[in-house]
Amino acid sequence: MDKSLTAMPNLAGADRLSAGPQGKRPRKVLSGRNIMVYGALTFAAIYYLLPLYVMVVTSLKGMPEIRMGNIFSPPMEITFEPWAKAWASACTGLNCDGLSRGFWNSVKIMVPSVIVSIAIASVNGYALANWKFKGAELFFTILIIGAFIPYQVMIYPIVIVLRELGLYGTIYGLILVHSIFGMPILTLLFRNYFVSLPEELFKAARIDGAGFWQIYFRIMLPMSLPIFVVAMILQVTGIWNDFLFGVVFTRPETYPMTVQLNNIVNSVQGVKEYNVNMAATLLTGAIPLIVYFVSGRLFVRGIAAGAVKG
Amino acid sequence: MTLPISISAAQGAQVKRPSRYLRNLNSKIASIPMVLTAVVVFLGGTIWTILYSFTNSRLLPRLSFVGIDQYERLWSTARWMVSIQNLATYGILSLIFSLTIGFLLAALMDQKIRFENTFRTIFLYPFALSFIVTGLVWQWILNPEFGVQAVVRSMGWTSFAFDPLYDSDIVIYGILIAALWQGTGLVMCLMLAGLRGIDEDIWKASRVDGIPMWRTYIFIVIPMMRPVFVTTLVIIASGIVRIYDLVVAQTSGGPGIASDVPAKYVYDYMFFAQNLGQGFAASTMMLLTVAIIVVPWAYLEFGGRKRG
Repeated sequence: MDKSLTAMPNLAGADRLSAGPQGKRPRKVLSGRNIMVYGALTFAAIYYLLPLYVMVVTSLKGMPEIRMGNIFSPPMEITFEPWAKAWASACTGLNCDGLSRGFWNSVKIMVPSVIVSIAIASVNGYALANWKFKGAELFFTILIIGAFIPYQVMIYPIVIVLRELGLYGTIYGLILVHSIFGMPILTLLFRNYFVSLPEELFKAARIDGAGFWQIYFRIMLPMSLPIFVVAMILQVTGIWNDFLFGVVFTRPETYPMTVQLNNIVNSVQGVKEYNVNMAATLLTGAIPLIVYFVSGRLFVRGIAAGAVKG
Repeated sequence: MTLPISISAAQGAQVKRPSRYLRNLNSKIASIPMVLTAVVVFLGGTIWTILYSFTNSRLLPRLSFVGIDQYERLWSTARWMVSIQNLATYGILSLIFSLTIGFLLAALMDQKIRFENTFRTIFLYPFALSFIVTGLVWQWILNPEFGVQAVVRSMGWTSFAFDPLYDSDIVIYGILIAALWQGTGLVMCLMLAGLRGIDEDIWKASRVDGIPMWRTYIFIVIPMMRPVFVTTLVIIASGIVRIYDLVVAQTSGGPGIASDVPAKYVYDYMFFAQNLGQGFAASTMMLLTVAIIVVPWAYLEFGGRKRG
């Protein structure tokens, strides 16, 4: 029964995947087959790395060099000016204070959203796993099905509700929205994790007289740090990369970084400064990339669970 | 899960038995956000939007019903037809290519290779980036004056033309290239997890029988991975219907309306054209598309197992 709603048959597989290759190492290294396999993989790897490379080299060139040369050639003269300009003085419309404003807005949105959404979802997943009440499964099913509903369907009613609450256009409104839409996947993640913990622990604590919150804070929380990290990775990258909610629920002063980036690069006025654009793009991509490269296997686990979010 | 109940029963013998609704109260309090989200936002919001899609709301939502007028207008709008065609082209090609490329990469990764982690890190990193970043990078790479086209021309092939972002006939392929770059890593990861789930003995048996590797993949391994393929398909497909940010960043729907997609149509009608009814009708069509994909899957995946 518990497995019936485990929408992630691949989660177990992802763990196996992160355990790395199994079996003996191949004996012969330079067989024809190996050359083909490594050749194909290297070719693919170059294709995947190329855009990152182009971003980096473009952002380090000056505009004259970009106009003359080709986008794949390394910079002849490295300049960090585009980076400085992207951060501090790139223009969106009349505002010319660069991406830094968007960056801090994104931080202000992301940090509370991550904390609130994880706090709610972890307690919720714990309640669903260990303290089931009548009807809980029904609401959970609606929640999971809701994860597939296109956001566009629910945006306008939310706009109305936020307007009534006086939160429309503020950062708090956006935090609320992120907490709501993070709930399905995070609840699923925590519920599945808590279900997998040995039930005896819970029973023993119950017999010792611990209540709902005591068991949560003193037993479940300390035991589930890895899943909290996975949830954090999922939310940090997800919220940082969000564009739709940012553009719908905030005003120009509170635009998150992605929205501001798009406005800077796709603004129709002025001469296009491709090097500044690429520096700005890299700056926006930096946070999720750092999270990705630092977290490694945990990220894989997160996306295997978070894939539903799309 | 019998224990909490038996304890509360024991307490009930001494004290007056608490009301049925107050039992397990903390758990119910903890679930309030979930219940509110599920009922008010997901269920309520969806019903609200569907209901108002039958009205002639313009600047503000109004409950004056006009039947299926909005839908008739929607399907006779050229822009909506373009977005639907784009979605269909993009969707079908993106499914085919991401499944094929994802599976091929996974199969290559499954050959007990060295540096598996390095390769996986490289294939998956685009997935960590936002669609906006992806769209802007590919906008730059496909830039006709400086990008791929210019580079190939400068190498001597002067008549070479590859300018998807400014050619309305092929603009959707430009978006497809960017989307595949971002998404195939995820498919590869899901497929690799599926391949790792295949029993090693299957491979041994097919090797003993002298079946060539590609035949083992096509006739034995892929059929065995059906659940993985189905799940991946649903994940990709429900992502395809939502495609929005990528188009906004890469082409802003242009040239003209050539790369418009339903999600962008909805947004523009709701927040710019001030024609809410149209926006609601279009978003209801998006919901219908997702339902057509997800409902049969959910039925097969969960409906059957519950009965069994």
